[in-house]
Amino acid sequence: MIAYEGAVVRYPRATIAAVNDVTFSAPRGAVTAVVGPNGSGKSTLVRALLRLAPLTSGRITIDGTSIAQLDRRAMARQVVVVAQRETLVFALPVWEYVALGRHPHAGPWSPVPGRTDFAIADALDRAGIASLAERSTHELSGGEWQRVRIARALAQGGSAFVLDEPTTFLDIAHEMSMFELFARLAKDGLAVLLVSHQLNLVARFADTIVLLNRGRVAAAGTPADVMRASVLEDVYEWPLLITRDPAVGAPALLPLRNRSPHSPSNPT
Amino acid sequence: MTNPIRTALLWAGVALVVLLLALAAIAYGAVPLGAHAVVGALAGHGDAVTVAIVRTLRLPRAVLALLVGAGLGMAGAALQGALRNALAEPYLLGVSGGAAVGAVAAVALGATGALVLPLASFAGAALAIAVALLVARASGGHADPRVLLMAGVIVGAFANAAIMVLLSNAPPNAVRNALWWMMGSVGDASWITVWWLAGYVAVGGALLFWLARDIDVLSLGEESAAALGVDSGRASRRIFLIAALLSAATVAAAGLIGFVGLVVPHLVRSLGIRRHRALIAGAALIGAGLVVGADLVARLARPPAELPLGAVTALLGVPFFLVQLRRLS
Repeated sequence: MIAYEGAVVRYPRATIAAVNDVTFSAPRGAVTAVVGPNGSGKSTLVRALLRLAPLTSGRITIDGTSIAQLDRRAMARQVVVVAQRETLVFALPVWEYVALGRHPHAGPWSPVPGRTDFAIADALDRAGIASLAERSTHELSGGEWQRVRIARALAQGGSAFVLDEPTTFLDIAHEMSMFELFARLAKDGLAVLLVSHQLNLVARFADTIVLLNRGRVAAAGTPADVMRASVLEDVYEWPLLITRDPAVGAPALLPLRNRSPHSPSNPT
Repeated sequence: MTNPIRTALLWAGVALVVLLLALAAIAYGAVPLGAHAVVGALAGHGDAVTVAIVRTLRLPRAVLALLVGAGLGMAGAALQGALRNALAEPYLLGVSGGAAVGAVAAVALGATGALVLPLASFAGAALAIAVALLVARASGGHADPRVLLMAGVIVGAFANAAIMVLLSNAPPNAVRNALWWMMGSVGDASWITVWWLAGYVAVGGALLFWLARDIDVLSLGEESAAALGVDSGRASRRIFLIAALLSAATVAAAGLIGFVGLVVPHLVRSLGIRRHRALIAGAALIGAGLVVGADLVARLARPPAELPLGAVTALLGVPFFLVQLRRLS
């Protein structure tokens, strides 16, 4: 379980905290989604977990242990994080890139996992990119690269998966298959923490939604609790309609076209 | 590089080329020697003059060139990987310039020992890389490889100025030494220099070898490195210090030899080698071959005059640099 307990992150010289007194947890066996407008602090939560954005106060725990007390490599064996963006300067064959996911499990002199080692082959399979194994990372489409990064996360393995906007460049089929994969990981007993802009998919796949606004938790609970027009309109500052997803009955969101009085002034 | 036989053949082929270049470097010179004479003299046979030429002049010079190339190649490979920068190398980052300031300052103070000189160089090199990184960070664009390079060139220019100030009232001998440092040369090779440089290259190379997997992960970027359990700040500082040590030792032994660290890692990657342990080993081998070959060119281009070694590598490296720069945009 990943738990944020009163987490505050204030970047140097910033007037307001990027993350302000955030408390929630992502338990094992469930998909927990963090949503919110651009700049609401979602990615800062991930950077704080990676100890790239130091906590001003509060703490983050993994299964009850504060990350400040965890060795980085030991933590990387438990918590798998796929950051929002990653670019490679030097190309690698896809399978070698995926094999780098085993880094926290390997000592400096242990043998390099090969293309056919179980962890690598299985990760390539589960991410649906076995056919790309020999391709160079510089010859992938945006969607393929995204799936290759997920494969590296699967090769890394752990009890918690944290994914920052993992389906940004994916088409419908690949996006759906990724969400199905995340749901399956949760069902297998992992804690899945998902940062996403895809409110409708999150409403269908997440057990808990945490809505952030200006660094604070604006709402948290089941999709039915959070996906209410009154809540979301305030946070996103845009008129919305909440209906019911006809397929599965989850709440579904439709942004409306006409602007309400509190919409941001937009030069057109 | 999944086929081990192909990999082994490739390495054997590269090693053979490097060996032949080294033998050619021993054979050619003011007194050209045949292959038979070279091999005989190396084993201690043949007439005394040939043995003396080979063993006290040509062999230390060739070995020094090999060591300088190995050190610069490994430093370049480590810097490029850890900085995620295809243009990074000790000379362009001002690291070699800083090392030269340290060396000239040590000589000006009368210290020329095998221990003091490289360590003074190392202090200058470490300071230079720290300043270059700080300048790049302060200008807010350290993600852009060109900004870091600009910072390195500025540090290099400052180092040049510092050397000129140090030389302004130095004795003629120090001036001659400093000029030699600025141009790069393996012409003054002695066995003592070869031995201590071998020590520094072996230690630096072994440390980089040990940290090579961390460099693989660092080359994915700060966030992904953190996600894989590597503290990128601490790991990259270590690697910068080792690269500074390697560059400083080569500068103390042979002066400023630019662009080797830039060209060599790209050559190794073009052979299909990606992981940094193999990349660093390959860079040592190909770097050794490149510098011993460049020294051969320096001696053969306009005999009996010798071109400065640093000029030969720059003439080779600058067009290469432009190609890489173009590839960035």
